[in-house]
Amino acid sequence: MSGRLLAGAVLAFLLALPFVPIGGTRQYVLHVVIQIFLWSFIGQAWSLMGRFGLVSLGHGAFLGVGAYTTTLLWNFYSLTPWIGMLLAVAVAVGIAVVLGIPSFRFRVVGHYFALVTLAVGEVIRLLIIAERDWTGGSLGLTLKTAGSDWSVLAIQFADKRVFYYASLAVFLAGLWIWDRVDRSMARSGLEAIGEDETAAASVGIHVTRFKLGITVLSAALTAVGGVLYAQYFSYVNPDTLSGIGVSLKIVFAVVLGGMYSLLGPLVGTALTTALSEGLRIAFGLKLLGMAETIYGLLLIIFIIFLPSGIYGSLHQLLRRRATKTAPA
Amino acid sequence: MIDPIFLVEAAINGILLGGVLALLALGLNLIFGVLDIVWIAYVDLVMLCMYAIYFLNAVYGWPIWAAGVASLGVGTLLGVGVHLLIISPILTSAPINQLLATGGLLFFLQSFATFLWTTDHKTVRLSLPSYEVAGIFLPATRIIPFAISILAVISLYLFLTRTYIGTAIRAVSQDRDAMALMGANPQRVYIVTSAVGGAMAGLAGALLIIQYSVHPFFGAQFGPLTFMVCVLGGLGNMVGAFIASFIMSEIIAIGGVVISTEMGYVIAFVVFIIMMFVRPGGILARRQ
Repeated sequence: MSGRLLAGAVLAFLLALPFVPIGGTRQYVLHVVIQIFLWSFIGQAWSLMGRFGLVSLGHGAFLGVGAYTTTLLWNFYSLTPWIGMLLAVAVAVGIAVVLGIPSFRFRVVGHYFALVTLAVGEVIRLLIIAERDWTGGSLGLTLKTAGSDWSVLAIQFADKRVFYYASLAVFLAGLWIWDRVDRSMARSGLEAIGEDETAAASVGIHVTRFKLGITVLSAALTAVGGVLYAQYFSYVNPDTLSGIGVSLKIVFAVVLGGMYSLLGPLVGTALTTALSEGLRIAFGLKLLGMAETIYGLLLIIFIIFLPSGIYGSLHQLLRRRATKTAPA
Repeated sequence: MIDPIFLVEAAINGILLGGVLALLALGLNLIFGVLDIVWIAYVDLVMLCMYAIYFLNAVYGWPIWAAGVASLGVGTLLGVGVHLLIISPILTSAPINQLLATGGLLFFLQSFATFLWTTDHKTVRLSLPSYEVAGIFLPATRIIPFAISILAVISLYLFLTRTYIGTAIRAVSQDRDAMALMGANPQRVYIVTSAVGGAMAGLAGALLIIQYSVHPFFGAQFGPLTFMVCVLGGLGNMVGAFIASFIMSEIIAIGGVVISTEMGYVIAFVVFIIMMFVRPGGILARRQ
């Protein structure tokens, strides 16, 4: 019961955060928190696959497709991102299916799967750059302004608080989906597949269908993350949305926090964001690359000593202690 | 219609790029084949070796050949270091953790290089002649690396087939557990393999610095292509990787001239993805 109470208190705090009088730093705090929620959501989407051994190094592909689909439709056809989002999800799902069916049929697993997804991420990034006539190439693309400070139709708001609540809502929805998957039968099936595909198939688990399902779900959620990213920053760029860099960034934040636990992606994203923002404030541009250096080093250490991540390991420790002290 | 001379030139450039890829793939493929681990940061080790040569040659004034030899040493040390510090503790954990650990190394090396040496492109100046054959320019800076990389492939092949430790390496790559049962020490084989792989990175660095400038994102530029060449060729299959590097580089070079540079890469990556589905064991693998 105390867990539920704590969750309620945290939620109440988060809901009230935009109204806490912290003066001039409010915009900045909100900006950082929005980014944490957004990237945690994307991390959760990734971990849906990652925790079952389907490690994708190409989630940037879905992110880029999501962001660019709505942005291009809005800029050229003035199509509202509400509909654009559906189309973006549809495109991402399409890519996931086209990639997934042959991958799972032909048993492309482990690091082969990782390399295939890596190639897909690069293909999307290069396609965006190659079609520079309408995507703006590597210079990126700015979202056409809706002409007012408050446009629900265009999902453009000058007030950061709107995006704060939107990212919080999306993040909570991500938690809910993660939890649903965690409690479902599909989880057992996918875990069995992750352990041993042949054995899983022999007890009647439909390997391709299960894997495809989780891939499609993960791709769709990542595309939603991409749409939200584009609407919030109102600028999209192939290098910050697709390609290896961003794909690895997603993976690393999740692994750091712990990919097998509900709040792992949040913890990982919060830590990496805090680290890079902190170093940026403390040293400005003098220590260019220092944040990522520490980040890479931490990652190696974590993989070696704490493969289930910070949150995951703490969680295990607490649970072990709880069972030990509990009366028999 | 494109002038055929451009296509011929593109094809020749493709062969020269293929030599570079083959060289990069060589050491990675050896490690890949023996330890069954993808060193995502492999090309970043090459990048470090290139920096080593740049500093020895351009800053401390060493002759280029001496810097090249030193680079082999640097590469060997890096290879052994990566194995002992990162791979060895997680040798038995899930392959994906190994991939992510070397991914962390990639982030580390890339950003540490940015931190130490900024993102400026560093070039070693070398005046070598350029040959003109039937209206096509062939710079020596590309022919020499090509020739040396082919020599390196041949000597690696001889090392693996004609020496005792080479045979041991091939044996481990076939069956890790059986090898241990035969009384051999896999740990030693791993260290030798990592050392040879690292030395290959040093060699690649020495040959690449004379035709490319080095910057912290060099690894990101060539890394993905290098893994794809290794996988396309078939794990640990030297000849396959050699052929795969020329297939990929020809697609990139000719596609680049006919459509655009990016589309050349896109086609190469799509070919890779499709090949993974139809021939997961590599282009030379026999169907089972």
